Amino acid sequence: MTNPTLAVGAVEHHLRERRDAGRGLFMPYVTGCVTPNWTDYLRAFADAGADAIEIGLPFSDPTLDGVTIQQASDTALARGASTRRILADLSGLPDLGVPLVASTYYNLVLHDGPEAFCAALRRAGVDGLIVPDLPVHEADELADMAAATGVDLALLASPATPEPRLAEIADRSRGFVYAVSLMGTTGEQTALAASAAQLTRRIRRVTDRPVLLGFGISTPDQAREARRHADGVVVGAAVMRRVLDGAGPDDVRAFLATLRRALDQECDAPR
Amino acid sequence: MQDVMMGEPQARGRFGEYGGRYAPESLVEACRQVEETFREAWADPGFRAELARLLALHAGRPTPLTPALRLSEELGVRLYLKREDLAHTGSHKINNVLGQALLATRMGRRRLIAETGAGQHGVATATAAALLGLEATVFMGERDIERQALNVVRMRLLGAEVVPVTTGSRTLKDATSEAMRHWVSATADSHYCVGSVIGPDPYPWMVREFQRVIGDEAREQYSGVPDHVVACVGGGSNAAGTFAGFADTPARLVGVEAEGGAGAARGRPGVLHGCRSLFLQDDDGQIVEAHSIAAGLDYPGVGPEHAHLRDLGRARYVTVTDDEAARAVVQLARTEGIVPALESAHALAWVIRAARDGELPAGSTVLMTLSGRGDKDVSTLKELL
Repeated sequence: MTNPTLAVGAVEHHLRERRDAGRGLFMPYVTGCVTPNWTDYLRAFADAGADAIEIGLPFSDPTLDGVTIQQASDTALARGASTRRILADLSGLPDLGVPLVASTYYNLVLHDGPEAFCAALRRAGVDGLIVPDLPVHEADELADMAAATGVDLALLASPATPEPRLAEIADRSRGFVYAVSLMGTTGEQTALAASAAQLTRRIRRVTDRPVLLGFGISTPDQAREARRHADGVVVGAAVMRRVLDGAGPDDVRAFLATLRRALDQECDAPR
Repeated sequence: MQDVMMGEPQARGRFGEYGGRYAPESLVEACRQVEETFREAWADPGFRAELARLLALHAGRPTPLTPALRLSEELGVRLYLKREDLAHTGSHKINNVLGQALLATRMGRRRLIAETGAGQHGVATATAAALLGLEATVFMGERDIERQALNVVRMRLLGAEVVPVTTGSRTLKDATSEAMRHWVSATADSHYCVGSVIGPDPYPWMVREFQRVIGDEAREQYSGVPDHVVACVGGGSNAAGTFAGFADTPARLVGVEAEGGAGAARGRPGVLHGCRSLFLQDDDGQIVEAHSIAAGLDYPGVGPEHAHLRDLGRARYVTVTDDEAARAVVQLARTEGIVPALESAHALAWVIRAARDGELPAGSTVLMTLSGRGDKDVSTLKELL
């Protein structure tokens, strides 16, 4: 097993620094190539106070995504999205001052091979990676390559993950631990699942790595509540539903600003 | 390499470089429970006896091995048909489903989830659920609901809920994705009854073991060893079960895929639906939609053990076209009085072609699994009359 203090990359460094300064971490998501000028959303995310930005590399069969991200993936693919094209778009961007984290399904990683895939991410300025259908016991070949290229491979932990395995996930994850708030797919929910608090508590017991809660978080109230348990939140479907409904970068920035404020208020609240 | 050909997979559910458990973290524990329960059950004579009882008294096993005399005469080979079309519900799917339904009750689950293409696995699941007092939810592509309408009625009659899947190609691939998504939210009370030798470990192995009864019976019913053992391959469950009975013999194993869904013949290594195997993909690594007249073969990949058997050269995988399969249906119907499912007709179409081309020398013996009956395909087949 790798020493957890070694091979921590830019994403984890950045998130730890902000977390340790008392900031609630915020990682909004956008599907790459979902619109012609999709990288404008990245600028909007940064302006709205994102601490990291998750960029989906769409896959034809997103088996862990609900309808919104499925639709966003289909839309992007219909526009000709590919790993190559999305990374090319990112390569042309000025530095946003916020680390970029790619997320995709393992088939797209294997297509180029883990080594070439990670190298391509780095060349495009992407420092982190999430692969939701790659559980820890299958992650060796990618984890080793990611570490060697300096990409933080963040692993997911679920409410169903038993204890010893949770410690292994927390130990081997880089960047942050992605805490899946509920037993379900991605997609907006009316309330934060009860399992979110419990899972976050369990992860905290085994690691001091930043813990981000994702899946279902879609309102300022939910973000505030999530912040009580975790270091921060990932917001995907709530953004993408707005984008699919035609919201431009300014609209999305305004929405994300409400989440940012909620996270900040919760940080200022007496604990 | 495995110790025994078509025995237990290697560590971490591997068949060579294929297989594995590439499941989202939320399903990993559920897969582990299925594996643990299956290992216990498969070693438990009580479980085996109960399954054998259901297979005999409810499903009507053993199915016969029928010499196809008039067709053999036309083809110049000696063809034997393993008659899974005569199993209850009309296909081999019942073998696996009865096994998994018993496992589900052993795990205390009260509901079965299934994906279906041709509807045969869905009907089998609905049947087993009714028999054991379980609920059943079956995911089926909208396109397949149209072309396999008879099976939709049967499932509903049996008390199952049929959920139309409207995403992607609206066929088996998308039904499988949707069933997996649903399972994530239902692991506490539901068992995902995967219908083929695909999915995360232990499914490819477990489903093959439940289908092994096809090959074991055929081995016993056929005196000696046939030159060729042939079966159609979508995900590959009837082929896996058939091959398992002959893997340790000199028989040549042939898997027949649909031209438009040839995962084993034309796929590239990848990961989909929980396992590493061969899948049809484009230049960007996106999964390509399969297209076949047979809904049950309309899948862009193949089970991981088939990928391994291909690499080893132990089995070979060939393709036939929609037209060849449809003509094979008619030829079998008019020579033997058997209307096969379009899926099974693919295996037959290869036998017919190989006999004509001389690839099967005159007098060769061929054992072919006739995986299901053709009633469900009448709306497609009536165009041919």
